[in-house]
Amino acid sequence: MLLFFQQLIEGLMSGAIYASLALALVFSHRSTNVVNFAQGEMAMLSTFFAWQLIEWGLPVYAAMAASVVVSFVGGGILYVVFVKPIARAPALTVVTVLIGLFIALNSLGGFVWGYLNRAFPSPFAGWKVQWGALTLSGEFIGIAAVLLATLLVLFLVFEHTRLGLAMRAAAAAPEQSRLVGIPVEWMLLAGWGVAAALGAIAGVLIAPRLFVSPGMMLGVVIYAFAAATLGGFDSVLGAVIGGLVVGVAENMAATYVPWIGADLKVVVALVIIFATLLVRPSGLFGRTTVVRV
Amino acid sequence: MSSSGLRRTLLGVAAFALLAGFVPFRFSSYGLDQVTLVLIYAMAILGLNMVSGYAGAISLGHGAFFAIGAYAEAILVHRYGFSPYVAIPCASAVAWIAGLAFGFPALRLRGLYLALGTLAIAMSLPPLLKRFEGFTGGHTGIVVETLSAPKWSHMSGSQWTYFLVLAIAALLFAVAWRLLGGALGRALLATRDHEIVAQVMGVDPTRYLTLTFALSSLYAGTAGALYTLAIGFVSPDSFTLMLGLGFFVGGVVGGLTSVWGAIFGGLFLQYVPVWASDIDKALGGFVYGATLIASMLLMPEGLAGVGRRLAARWHARAAAGTKATTTRITSASTTPITSTPLASAERKGAR
Repeated sequence: MLLFFQQLIEGLMSGAIYASLALALVFSHRSTNVVNFAQGEMAMLSTFFAWQLIEWGLPVYAAMAASVVVSFVGGGILYVVFVKPIARAPALTVVTVLIGLFIALNSLGGFVWGYLNRAFPSPFAGWKVQWGALTLSGEFIGIAAVLLATLLVLFLVFEHTRLGLAMRAAAAAPEQSRLVGIPVEWMLLAGWGVAAALGAIAGVLIAPRLFVSPGMMLGVVIYAFAAATLGGFDSVLGAVIGGLVVGVAENMAATYVPWIGADLKVVVALVIIFATLLVRPSGLFGRTTVVRV
Repeated sequence: MSSSGLRRTLLGVAAFALLAGFVPFRFSSYGLDQVTLVLIYAMAILGLNMVSGYAGAISLGHGAFFAIGAYAEAILVHRYGFSPYVAIPCASAVAWIAGLAFGFPALRLRGLYLALGTLAIAMSLPPLLKRFEGFTGGHTGIVVETLSAPKWSHMSGSQWTYFLVLAIAALLFAVAWRLLGGALGRALLATRDHEIVAQVMGVDPTRYLTLTFALSSLYAGTAGALYTLAIGFVSPDSFTLMLGLGFFVGGVVGGLTSVWGAIFGGLFLQYVPVWASDIDKALGGFVYGATLIASMLLMPEGLAGVGRRLAARWHARAAAGTKATTTRITSASTTPITSTPLASAERKGAR
């Protein structure tokens, strides 16, 4: 039973990280209606940036905050340069540009920082809570706190400020929003910025558990895709629940299904993606869209 | 086909055959192996073009079918003692079945979601290959003897392999050219551009798409089988996500909605990353990504489209004095759904 709870906590911890990357996918999807294949690589660059700042002697927390801010700006720039021109293009064009971005950003990371594995210090290393036989590591508490704080900020901004309302309006009904004077382009830009910032959070949270390298996100982003698919690509709540479910499912499958083990964990993501898309393409919490012919 | 068109086609085939026969006796054996790989990649990209270009179903996972063909060949030869030549059609059949099995559920997805699903397939295959160690050789993979030429031919192994690959490639390209130029191609383009209209016209999209997906994975699998024979070695690391993405890049750069564009794609895939990574290891991928974006925005029909446009302009100029040229229905319908300034300029020029 103890093993079960430890694995549950492990799973929730990975799940919280998948959830923040899935949130990033949801924000870029909500603002521009794309599945951002380059989201993981954007997060990788953010993490490298934070690592570089720490190398230069900045405290860990300051480096993380700086990376989140810079990522916001970077996401906005990517939107203006690459995504805005293809806003109304067919799916093939969108996929091509995003895959191109994925490959190019991955190489950019290797070009600037090389292909060595770099260790990333954990900001929560010192903490620890003992609860009966169960140990809650500092990482668990830290990651959970960051995820909850992120959700709280998103909730406050999007539900209780005019800016958040404008951003939701611009994503939901761009034409009508333009008519009432909302600067739609700026709002979509901000949506991509928020997505990139969320990716940066996911990156710096997972970096201490992996190493920082250009390939670090390849194995993570597939779970985030699974989480966003499961929860629905346009649902914030769905991304969080999807992330936690995927994280727990992945850990439980690896522990209790001997056939799967640690090697085949990624197949769990594949099965979740396919099962969701076939049974309920809009995800658990997504809205079903009806297309007028 | 008019008699002048037939003559031009025959002339083209003859020139190509002459060039293809000339290559193996002028290149070093290393250079020749590279040309063989170009042909192999071109076959796989041709398969991708069928399903992504003509049928509009975006697949990022064709590397997986390539890998299935390659592994089927290696396992049949190494473990079951098949003759490598007999194993090729068997490997193609395995890839065809895999394509049918995956295509049936996958093709219920459309657009970005199909791309996502096939991406997930491509990412899951290497761990699967590593897991079934007893069958696939795990991390270390399987070593297969490369082909050696029979005595009567007086050829080196590389030359023999080249001619084998060339013969199979010629067959596959001819089949694709006939199929896509005919009723199947029109049905697929109709489905891609307007599914409901196609249905009204009597095209059953699911059936056509599934069969095309299976055929296209047969192409990728055959290419994979030949890859095993050319390289003499398969391992999970040969079939990473980058391979499937590479096919996609090659397809887009060559021109997704074309048969001959696949050859440009093969050339791109074989030579460009090598040149680029000679300069810097990371630059290879950067050039890949940048070329992909640039070619999508600047030449949405790929290199094949650029060639077609130049040829059309030349013909229009040549025929301007005598009679109006007739626009062929196939060349009109291969323009992509977006009307780019260039494409509309071409249409004006053709009139």
